[in-house]
Amino acid sequence: MTPTSYLGDSRPRVAALVKPFVAIVSARFRTLLQYRMAAAAGIVTQIFWGCVRLMVLGAFFAVAVETPPMSFASIVVYVWLGQVLIGLLPWNHDAELQELFTSGSVAYELLRPIDLYAFWYARTLAFRTAPTLLRLIPGTIFAVWILPLIGLPEWALTAPESWIHGVLFITSLIATVLLSCAITMLMTISLFWFLEARGVVTLMSGLVPVLSGMIVPLPLFPDWAQPFLNWQPFRGLCDVPFRIYSGDIAPDLAVYEISLQFGWVLVLLLFGYGLLIRAKRQLVVQGG
Amino acid sequence: MSQIVVDGLCKEFRVAARRQGFLGALGGLVHRKYRTVSALRDVSFSIERGEMVGYIGPNGAGKSTTIKILAGILNPTLGVCEIQGRVPWQDRKNHVGSIGVVFGQRSQLWWDLPVIESFELLRDIYRVDAKVYERTHRELIELLSLGDLLDVPVRQLSLGQRVRCDLASALLHEPQILFLDEPTIGLDAESQLSAREFIQQICVERQVTVLLTTHNLDDIEALCKRLIVINDGTVLMDGTVDDLRRRYGGGRYVAVDLSKSFPLYPEHERFAIEHSETHVVFCIEDDVAGFVKDVLSRYPVTDVMITHPPIEHIVSSIYNSRNRLDAGRQDQSEQT
Repeated sequence: MTPTSYLGDSRPRVAALVKPFVAIVSARFRTLLQYRMAAAAGIVTQIFWGCVRLMVLGAFFAVAVETPPMSFASIVVYVWLGQVLIGLLPWNHDAELQELFTSGSVAYELLRPIDLYAFWYARTLAFRTAPTLLRLIPGTIFAVWILPLIGLPEWALTAPESWIHGVLFITSLIATVLLSCAITMLMTISLFWFLEARGVVTLMSGLVPVLSGMIVPLPLFPDWAQPFLNWQPFRGLCDVPFRIYSGDIAPDLAVYEISLQFGWVLVLLLFGYGLLIRAKRQLVVQGG
Repeated sequence: MSQIVVDGLCKEFRVAARRQGFLGALGGLVHRKYRTVSALRDVSFSIERGEMVGYIGPNGAGKSTTIKILAGILNPTLGVCEIQGRVPWQDRKNHVGSIGVVFGQRSQLWWDLPVIESFELLRDIYRVDAKVYERTHRELIELLSLGDLLDVPVRQLSLGQRVRCDLASALLHEPQILFLDEPTIGLDAESQLSAREFIQQICVERQVTVLLTTHNLDDIEALCKRLIVINDGTVLMDGTVDDLRRRYGGGRYVAVDLSKSFPLYPEHERFAIEHSETHVVFCIEDDVAGFVKDVLSRYPVTDVMITHPPIEHIVSSIYNSRNRLDAGRQDQSEQT
């Protein structure tokens, strides 16, 4: 084979490589988009909670004795991005994957001629992004345009500081999605041992919103907690992208923070991958 | 070399033993006792390309375990298995690309998607060439008359419809080997018949090797020349359906209609397996002709029919004789 024909071949081959995964993401996406009522209900809840959180944090800021570590404008960005992107938080399972374990259909998953981790990761990706995209638009419209109209301009979500902040935010957000899916994958793989998801979900739904900054922005935690909070992986889910957006993290520091995010992605991907290999080896599928 | 070679396959599962009562359950949290259960003890066979083989045995005999190992889902504890020159659990991705599997009790279709989208998804996952897919999926839709079902979400299909779709989806990538694990379970008589016809047709046409587990011996008689009987993780018999009859059911059933109610002679009682007012069925091992002559001369006979025993009876008698042999043996070793 000549080098030119080799090069000519490589494109279809890459296409053939990613084709199954594109198909999986798109099929799952279409399924999840069917649940429009759930999305509508979710949006109302998100907006309500956004307003409540701003009221509570606003009250604290009004009576603060010392200068808070974040400006109120940054808090507003933090809260609204959090509400709009809450679907990215890895605290629950894809019900479809959970079902595989209770029904034993997990066997069928191993009958597919593709890598099991990549197969499930593709589905998780759709599970995390499809509902979020559905809720993103109305939530954003409310936070950006409706709030000023009803006389609350100081609560409104504003554009990023500059286009550099914007680009960095998008990059960081991509890392957030990958990170969230890697954590969700670990939860899914844990089902090989636990079968029942409730325990893990209870644990994660307590842990993740706090450690990511979804409940209280991480800079508002006491100083002694900061070193720990800065290093744990969940911070990459909210704190990093949101503060890059608001300019609270300066662009040169942002590059470092984003590489830290990707570092965690890599570590958790490898960990999950290894765990899945172990799980497959001792897999027992019961019943006929 | 044969397409499927299985030699000395063993599979052991470790099961946590439960202790009785509340204290026992608490104790189980701290210190667990395990016992080892052997699902397969020593299974060997080989299958040639294009063969259709029935794999039967009672519940818990190890049928599904064998299929799962051959499909690359489970690792065996011991033993050799090569399928088309590959070891299934070591080269899983390549292996599963060339086989099709149907578990009758489970569906491999996407619950929320219309059938046709499931097919297209499988096409992409198996990387089936667009032109090949165009041809095969049209052929399968026609053979299984799926035309009206394609737009229906899988969750709305009846069991019979679902199994037909599952059969089609296992064949979309034109596998050379098909594992069918109880494909006709729960189907009504007509659906069973059409599923069988389809399997017969497609497999002969494409020279597909089929290993079929079932409790339905009509499946076997309709589809398979060869039969492997397993019980308790070992192969009891491997041969043709006729072999089975010769070895385990050499006798004949002699069914007799009588003109009036008539008591059996004591020396005939042990041969009778069915006896009503005017109808008796005897099961005779040897000298069928002499026996028939005797019956004809001593009973008021209006009609006689001599048949092979049905395969169900043969198989259940194999299981039973085997179970009696095993009754004294301790199967499970305890360990902690």
